[in-house]
Amino acid sequence: MIEVRGLTKRYGDKTAVDGLTFTVRPGIVTGFLGPNGAGKSTTMRMVLGLDRPTAGTATVGGRPYVEHAAPLREVGALLEARAVHTSRSAYNHLRALAATHGIPKRRVDEVIHLVGLGDVARKRAGGFSLGMGQRLGIAQALLGDPPTVVLDEPVNGLDPEGIRWVRDLLKGLAAEGRTVFVSSHLMSEMALTAEHVIVVGRGRLIADTSVDELIRGASVNTVLVRSPEAQRLRTALAGPDVTVSSVEGEALEVTGLSAAQIGDTARDLGVAVHELTPQLASLEEAFMTMTRDDVEYHAHLTTTPAGGTA
Amino acid sequence: MSNTLTAPTAGAAAPRSAAPVDGQRVTFLRTTKAEWIKLVSLRSSWITFAAAVVAIIGLGALVSYVTNTHWAHMNPQEQAHFDPVSRSLGGVELAQLAIGVLGVLVVTGEYATGMIRSSLMAVPRRLPVLGAKLLVFSACTFVLSLVSAFVAFLLGQQLLGTHGTTLSAPHVLRAVIGVALYLTVVGALAVGLGFVLRSTAGGIATFVGLLLVLPGVGRLLPDTWQPHVLPYLPSNAGAGVFAVQPDTGMLSTWTGYAVFCAWALAALVLGAVVLKRRDA
Repeated sequence: MIEVRGLTKRYGDKTAVDGLTFTVRPGIVTGFLGPNGAGKSTTMRMVLGLDRPTAGTATVGGRPYVEHAAPLREVGALLEARAVHTSRSAYNHLRALAATHGIPKRRVDEVIHLVGLGDVARKRAGGFSLGMGQRLGIAQALLGDPPTVVLDEPVNGLDPEGIRWVRDLLKGLAAEGRTVFVSSHLMSEMALTAEHVIVVGRGRLIADTSVDELIRGASVNTVLVRSPEAQRLRTALAGPDVTVSSVEGEALEVTGLSAAQIGDTARDLGVAVHELTPQLASLEEAFMTMTRDDVEYHAHLTTTPAGGTA
Repeated sequence: MSNTLTAPTAGAAAPRSAAPVDGQRVTFLRTTKAEWIKLVSLRSSWITFAAAVVAIIGLGALVSYVTNTHWAHMNPQEQAHFDPVSRSLGGVELAQLAIGVLGVLVVTGEYATGMIRSSLMAVPRRLPVLGAKLLVFSACTFVLSLVSAFVAFLLGQQLLGTHGTTLSAPHVLRAVIGVALYLTVVGALAVGLGFVLRSTAGGIATFVGLLLVLPGVGRLLPDTWQPHVLPYLPSNAGAGVFAVQPDTGMLSTWTGYAVFCAWALAALVLGAVVLKRRDA
């Protein structure tokens, strides 16, 4: 359980996190969403006792992070920026951290194999790819077998297989009753992983809701259809509230009908359908709309950004 | 690498037990052990410590050997002021550079790579990290420089032949042990500067400025000021502890050493304040 109350961080006259209040509950994956620069990383660093809040409090398991006698046994964290000495091997990195808590070497080997770094654990962490670095970070987060896991952009740099692996891992951890708090700037990724989302923009809370509700609230629903007889299907689908646009030769983008309705129409028509995919883009759009006014750095803005990342 | 993936299952992270009940919690001893692992698992530590040892023993031996072979060519005044102990310990000045650089690096290397965030997440009270780092680095420096100093002295006296002296001569034993006392405080000062400045370049530059450049700059001061400034500069104050006789115009051995310790303490206290107050 993570409880954040009125959490605020100011750097000079720039407010990175502005009076955030939310609770992250155990047993589910909670997504922490927001555009880059929304204050996600800063919030997480304050939860982990690395940055000092200007105002407000953050507690994990009922007390501030720094007051835990065995913090790694309470919270495991993966930070967005690397937090590993590049000249040290992954194994020695984890062994040193484990030593601070008297966590046995056996556990170090366990987490190394869990994340699939067995072959490279004795090599310099500086030579790791972004994906391997993320795996090492996840191993570090799981080192103390903590009831709460905080992960900042864990799928950054992972290949599709790795992304799925992280997704399954997070769901597994939540299913074990742990509190799983994971940030991302990708709505689509969170839609697949998280049950609950906390959305922030410019350091302020925008939404604290379940993913289902967010999807229901998304106004536009688009379905991608591929058919060798796209034009016939297109004519048949046409209706007052339906928009059909062709993406390319055989592909159509249909708005206003569900995938089931389109499939039924195709069957009645006797037209073969090669693909029928509800588009998550709608959800992404909902997110974009929600955060549009809160994106810190629009492409056309020329103001000088201050401070670090997110 | 990706083919070694194992599919995570529920319980993949192993069954968990209530946190500190099993005794897995942070203690200073454990933090010290972690700092030991960190220090010895970096190649740069071994290389730099080796450089310091080679400097102390190698340079001392070389100077002693050359002195002995050129004895006949030395003028009488030089012969009169000849000090066999300082000749055999001539490598300390060079070794302090290695120790200082490494002392800065064990701290700033963590800031440069982001490792410090992992370290502070494991030990969020922070000050034990400084304490443990200082303890481990100081202990290693002390032991290595003590052994090196004795080897350098004994080897140097052998090479000086008839011009050598022994450990039982007045102040000699203290001077040899003084090498370790001096270099240990050099290291502590460097660790403190690392925590204050957080940057390798800034830390090393400040270290070199304080220990090596400042005494030279001090000599540019008006003559009447020099006695009030020069003896109190860190390396001038500390150097007496590894000399049989303090240089003229400098503080007495132990007063000087106390002043030197005060410099290191000041850097460490400032470093502790910065570590505790500033965001990681």
